[in-house]
Amino acid sequence: MWVLAAALPVAFLAVFFAWPVSALVVRGFVEDGVFTLDGIREVLAAPRTWRIVGQTLGQAVAGTVMAVLLGVPGAHLLYRRRFPGRRLLRAVVSIPFVLPTVVVGVAFQSLLATHGPLGFLGLEESFAAIIAALVFFNYSVVVRTVGALWSRLDPRAEDAARTLGAGRVRVLATVTLPALAPAIASAAALVFLFCASAFGVVLVLGGASYGTIETEIWYQTTQLLDLQAAAALSILQLVVVSATLIVAGATRARQERALRLSGNPSDAPLSRADTASAVLTAVVVLGLLVTPMASLVWRSFQTATGVGLGNYLALSGTGGQLTVSVWQSLANSLATAAVATAIAVFLGLLLSYVLSRRPVSAQGRRRLRTLDAVFMLPLGVSAVTVGFGFLITLNRPPFDLRSSWALIPIAQAMVALPLVVRTLLPTLRAIDPRLHEAAATLGAGPGRIVRTIDLPFALRGLGLALGFAFATSLGEFGATSFLARPDRPTLPVVIFRLIGRPGAENFGMAMAASVVLAVLTATVMGLAEWIGPKEVNPW
Amino acid sequence: MVTGLAIRDAVVRYGPTVAVDGVSLDVAPGEVVALLGASGSGKSSLLRAVAGLEPLAAGTVSWDGVDLTAVPVHRRGFAMMFQDGQLFPHLCVAANVGYALAGRERADRDRRVGELLELVGLAGYGPRPVTALSGGQAQRVALARSLAASPRLLMLDEPLSALDTGLREHLLGVLDATLQATGTPALYVTHDQDEAFAIADRVAVLAGGRLLQVDDPATLWRHPVDAEVAGFLGYRLTLDAAQAASLGWQGIPSGVVAVGPEGLVADPGGTEVPVLGIQPRRGGTEFSVTIPGGGIGRVRTRELLTHADRRTRLAVRLDPAGCVVLPTGSALDRAHGDVVTPESYDVRANPVAG
Repeated sequence: MWVLAAALPVAFLAVFFAWPVSALVVRGFVEDGVFTLDGIREVLAAPRTWRIVGQTLGQAVAGTVMAVLLGVPGAHLLYRRRFPGRRLLRAVVSIPFVLPTVVVGVAFQSLLATHGPLGFLGLEESFAAIIAALVFFNYSVVVRTVGALWSRLDPRAEDAARTLGAGRVRVLATVTLPALAPAIASAAALVFLFCASAFGVVLVLGGASYGTIETEIWYQTTQLLDLQAAAALSILQLVVVSATLIVAGATRARQERALRLSGNPSDAPLSRADTASAVLTAVVVLGLLVTPMASLVWRSFQTATGVGLGNYLALSGTGGQLTVSVWQSLANSLATAAVATAIAVFLGLLLSYVLSRRPVSAQGRRRLRTLDAVFMLPLGVSAVTVGFGFLITLNRPPFDLRSSWALIPIAQAMVALPLVVRTLLPTLRAIDPRLHEAAATLGAGPGRIVRTIDLPFALRGLGLALGFAFATSLGEFGATSFLARPDRPTLPVVIFRLIGRPGAENFGMAMAASVVLAVLTATVMGLAEWIGPKEVNPW
Repeated sequence: MVTGLAIRDAVVRYGPTVAVDGVSLDVAPGEVVALLGASGSGKSSLLRAVAGLEPLAAGTVSWDGVDLTAVPVHRRGFAMMFQDGQLFPHLCVAANVGYALAGRERADRDRRVGELLELVGLAGYGPRPVTALSGGQAQRVALARSLAASPRLLMLDEPLSALDTGLREHLLGVLDATLQATGTPALYVTHDQDEAFAIADRVAVLAGGRLLQVDDPATLWRHPVDAEVAGFLGYRLTLDAAQAASLGWQGIPSGVVAVGPEGLVADPGGTEVPVLGIQPRRGGTEFSVTIPGGGIGRVRTRELLTHADRRTRLAVRLDPAGCVVLPTGSALDRAHGDVVTPESYDVRANPVAG
């Protein structure tokens, strides 16, 4: 039964991930049907490549360091301290992660553009702007990952250190931080992954001067039509991502071990000793998270004729240059995301069920770990690579899907699948294997055990999984930007087209459309968290 | 042919470790058999093998003469009660108890659930969530749940270990009464000697994966087959004939004397021995005394002493009613007792001599 449940997702992954990606890799090594290293060599020899690689790694390191430095105090405040409004604050912090990258790009652009509220800082098209946007996204990854462990750390270990004469700082340095180390490392690895494969924000905020491997692949493919260079760059990106995933996988395993040792959530009321972390978190939440979104909303109401709904009213049109109206593209987005969600959640359920098994044999356990790692790959193997790979493989039999509407939902499902699995898996892994044994000794066969024990548990995580899948699919830009047909664009694609055109009206429409998309994603996530179990952390 | 459970030469392995090493045991219809052993003795592994939760590396498990090796867990008709209940947290009390009754008519099922809850003293608890139950209540629900479908055999895996002492006594009574009332044959795994003696018709003592002895509680207590069993049951000291004689028990024909918890008594007319220490107990005092010829004995008296009191000597004698005579050569395992006889010690020291 496991094999059967695993076969479908594996086949899906093989056709819609492994094949396109490997075809892409091959493309990098083959020219006119002959194996050659020329393409790779050429790309590696170009100074531009190394500038891009340097920028990719540089912004990933900077984004990760900042997110961790700011996120750990935030985790302490939001998961270890009790105060009125904590739930609301946690919700506010968790929203940015699911916001569409294009929306965030537009929000920061609206804030930092020369004529924007913070234009005087001169940060338009700057490294700092990109880092700020990356931290905006990933702050919640650190807060949630570290917070989930921190809230379950037994406070008595700290108490013991205090009674042995250690001061607060020494307790933090010698007891608390070492205990949190696996969670911090795991969060850092993930943030690095997200930063290194950032596409939408960099494309919007970086302008001509800043790029990452991702944006470069996009540039080579869609602007210069140099597929071989793009393929070579994709291989480079695969190397970076695989290395990060290996580190992330190792730290995640350590964290799961560490979590098993811990007790129930515990927290204490705010005290004066928390002033520093409280002030820092307030500055981050207000300054970094709320301000860009507030600026976006505020400026979306500004039109040439003053404050008003003009930009929103324009959404029913095409702005003169789009192929469809913005509302039509929203309808496309919703339909696509719904299909993608159905695919991702169905496959995610099957996969989580298989991954939550506990094989007796060492060989079985090894296979399961491999399966687990393999299905995390789409998380890091950039959406751009997936989109590009689809483009060059699924355009001929047996899978001629080039003109099919199904291509986009499939790509989006591929991107959302790891998130779905990470959300469902903890609830399924939390089932004591002896519950299965108890059910079996009470006469329940394998089918009834799945139906009466596993499924009810999985359903508790299902709301959140649905939310993640829908929100990610709705805002997905990397793969979609390759695959969207001109006459059926999704909303993020339309927003990107709008900001690429000159004129205040176009940017105004982009901002209004971004607000619509942001509200929609945030609502979906809010509902999902509300239905879902408390504090399931997909990482 | 109604013969109940038959385990023959059962072997359970975890990789290179042999957890159960050739055990044969029967449970007759209506009989309660306790599997008694220290942790790591293989008792839980044996139980899991009977349930079908662990595969047998060798041997057979059969019911009424029918081999069960190929029968999956859920078709064996053996219900298991776990140490920590393993109630289904997403179901209410009634749904937990009724879990094994799937397929019956609703009214029938409800009636049966009601009966069982009443049997375990939880009438009216049906609609409650199991997460709101105390530890003792949860175990009673677990008992009711495992009895619901009238299993051919009830397996209990340390069902009381997770509870505190007072509750354990009370629930032991509930378990005993329920097993008597339903007449369900049971295999009861425990590491607690008192629990095993209180509930079982026969007690099987396991150590190192091997079955050392199976007998009814009285026989087991009066006639442990060897020093290992005696030591595990609470005979903490062995004496040779000369030592026994020096403590007032003359004329032991052969063998050694294993002294039970009440085998050494204070008697003004007995032999004076040096006192090593005194320990106040509820309603009395326990003395540790040095036995002439080696070994430490423990004697209880009704005197209420405190740590401040000093005694240097106490007159003691053996009470044959609290001792058993074991065949020569027996010695208590070092882990259990205080004395290793010279013979066994020599063998260990000089492997060549063996």
